[in-house]
Amino acid sequence: MALKLAQSEFEIERDSQKCISCQVCVRQCSNDVHEYDSDEDIIYSDNDKCVGCHRCENLCPTGAIKIKEKEAEFKKNYNWTSSHLRNIYKQADSGGIILTGMGCDKPYPVYWDHILFNAAQVTNPSIDPLREPMEIKTFIGRKPDKLNMEISKDKNGNTKIKLKTKIPPQLELSTPIMFSAMSYGSISFNACMSLAAAASKFGTFYNTGEGGLHEDLYGFVNNTIVQVASGRFGVDKNYLNKAAAVEIKIGQGAKPGIGGHLPGEKVTRDVSRTRMIPKGTDALSPAPHHDIYSIEDLSQLIYALKEATDYKKPVGVKISAVHNVAPIASGIVRAGADFITIDGFRGGTGAAPLVIRDNVGIPIELALASVDRRLREEGIRHKVSIIVAGSIRSSSDVIKAIALGADAAYIGTAALVAMGCHLCQKCYTGKCNWGIATQDPYLTKRLNPEIGTRRLLNLLHSWSLEKKEMLGGAGINAIESLKGSREHLRGIDLSEKELAILGIKHAGEAW
Amino acid sequence: MKKIYIKEQYCIGCRLCEIHCQVKHSKSKKIIKAFKDEKEDIVSRVLVEEVGYNSFAIQCRHCSDAPCVEACISGAMVKNENTGVVTCDEEKCVGCWMCIMVCPYGVIKRDLPRGRVASKCDLCVDEDIPVCVKNCPNEALKFIDTSETDSKEEVEVESN
Repeated sequence: MALKLAQSEFEIERDSQKCISCQVCVRQCSNDVHEYDSDEDIIYSDNDKCVGCHRCENLCPTGAIKIKEKEAEFKKNYNWTSSHLRNIYKQADSGGIILTGMGCDKPYPVYWDHILFNAAQVTNPSIDPLREPMEIKTFIGRKPDKLNMEISKDKNGNTKIKLKTKIPPQLELSTPIMFSAMSYGSISFNACMSLAAAASKFGTFYNTGEGGLHEDLYGFVNNTIVQVASGRFGVDKNYLNKAAAVEIKIGQGAKPGIGGHLPGEKVTRDVSRTRMIPKGTDALSPAPHHDIYSIEDLSQLIYALKEATDYKKPVGVKISAVHNVAPIASGIVRAGADFITIDGFRGGTGAAPLVIRDNVGIPIELALASVDRRLREEGIRHKVSIIVAGSIRSSSDVIKAIALGADAAYIGTAALVAMGCHLCQKCYTGKCNWGIATQDPYLTKRLNPEIGTRRLLNLLHSWSLEKKEMLGGAGINAIESLKGSREHLRGIDLSEKELAILGIKHAGEAW
Repeated sequence: MKKIYIKEQYCIGCRLCEIHCQVKHSKSKKIIKAFKDEKEDIVSRVLVEEVGYNSFAIQCRHCSDAPCVEACISGAMVKNENTGVVTCDEEKCVGCWMCIMVCPYGVIKRDLPRGRVASKCDLCVDEDIPVCVKNCPNEALKFIDTSETDSKEEVEVESN
């Protein structure tokens, strides 16, 4: 079709003074943006094909390339923005649903950025985490209603205290951060390997997502959370027992109410073995679990999984943050879940319809606050651990989430960014230039798991240090003391209603 | 001795090793100047071999019983007994190319622009780390001494 209404999103600026025609950009672009003309010894770049992943810019040895977002490409219009126009042009061309990757990028309010954390002054001393003990270890799992102790005296007359209550299975996290569910298939093996190795070395957990567990990752059994989703890919007894915990996935923040679709091209030999589906076939996850239409049905699956794992592993449920999230969470606790994962509307994905990603669900901050309050009101908060997900961008987001009532946070996008992701949102094409969201052997090599692991460990380490600093500054010496302590938070630039839902005071209000 | 080991599973075929090797062995040592003014005159001593999606960067292995040293008719090719590094003294090299004939790895090249001399990896002896290793964005080249360490990873590297 000669008529092209959509214009390119990016502009590639190549400084001819600096370009040495070394062709690194040509070799690195999986979208064939750059082309070398040997007659003229010049590299030409096609703006239309650029997805803005910045791979060429990062690898150019002379810094000759700059990828810029094209400005003023359409006549300025606050109503008909360029993304609206571009999408209409695309759809008028194709007649299809617009796909996208990663999380919602629309300018909805980010409540983390409207919440401020407290610090100690005079009346309560702050703590220096470099000189004094600071505990950020936490446990995920159902806690008993009460603890029964047996107090006895031994023959020397010393008092002995023995815990009589049987503690349900717990996950021990050295830091309240885990890697969220990203399936093998949606991301490369090297990316899975990096996540697993980093989780194992740091003493936390990674989640397999719904794509089964590659047998080369069986060794990380003590740091693996396996997922059981609507497609039930790769699920058998062996799979469930190669993990420390099991998570039932009901929904995902980026696409609540929507199933998954891994295109057949990504179902390589290894992916097909891991998912237990024929090679080259589309992996379709239905929107609902076809055996779950009520809390009672969910309970049956939870207990089926607990039976299969001998009641030795926590079984949790992941839901996306939707309008009715608090009562649903209450039902999930009563169904027997040991932890609930709530995924906010900014959570990432390998592929989702744009219209769903950008318009469905609610912010994680509000969902977390209302779930935590609801479970407290019903007296069942201790029966479950709450894990939040959906755009946890920094250590301060984690701290704020814990003060709002979370037990731990899942990071997905942040982990991918640590491994090189530049949020170009083209995961669904399978052409990830950073070797993350692809199965193309030419591209997957680009993520060396040794480097990936090291970078993830650095991220966990630095966030943990920052959290300790923040806790110390507030005069708290253990993360457990912060949990659900909303008095440490103040809202800024928020309405009465927003403050009421978050359950926090406005900045300037004293205790 | 410290040698360059290849992790071919992580070579991404970007050829930045070749580029930085050329710069290192240019007159100006400045990347833009080297490529603008001397491009035709500098030969890379590391070579990226590529078939399909498999690729790896190979340079002189500095063999313990280097056949090139034995084959050299003018005594230009020598192995330093202390460091183990094999170098070609370009003053002595007469360009008979015997070293190229006997090299089992095919990593010696003819450097015609600079006169008839054999061009090969000198392990960047004046640098802490050879530039190809230092500039590999995916750590597909490693500069390690396998005799000093016996960790599993290094053994694995040695095997290739």
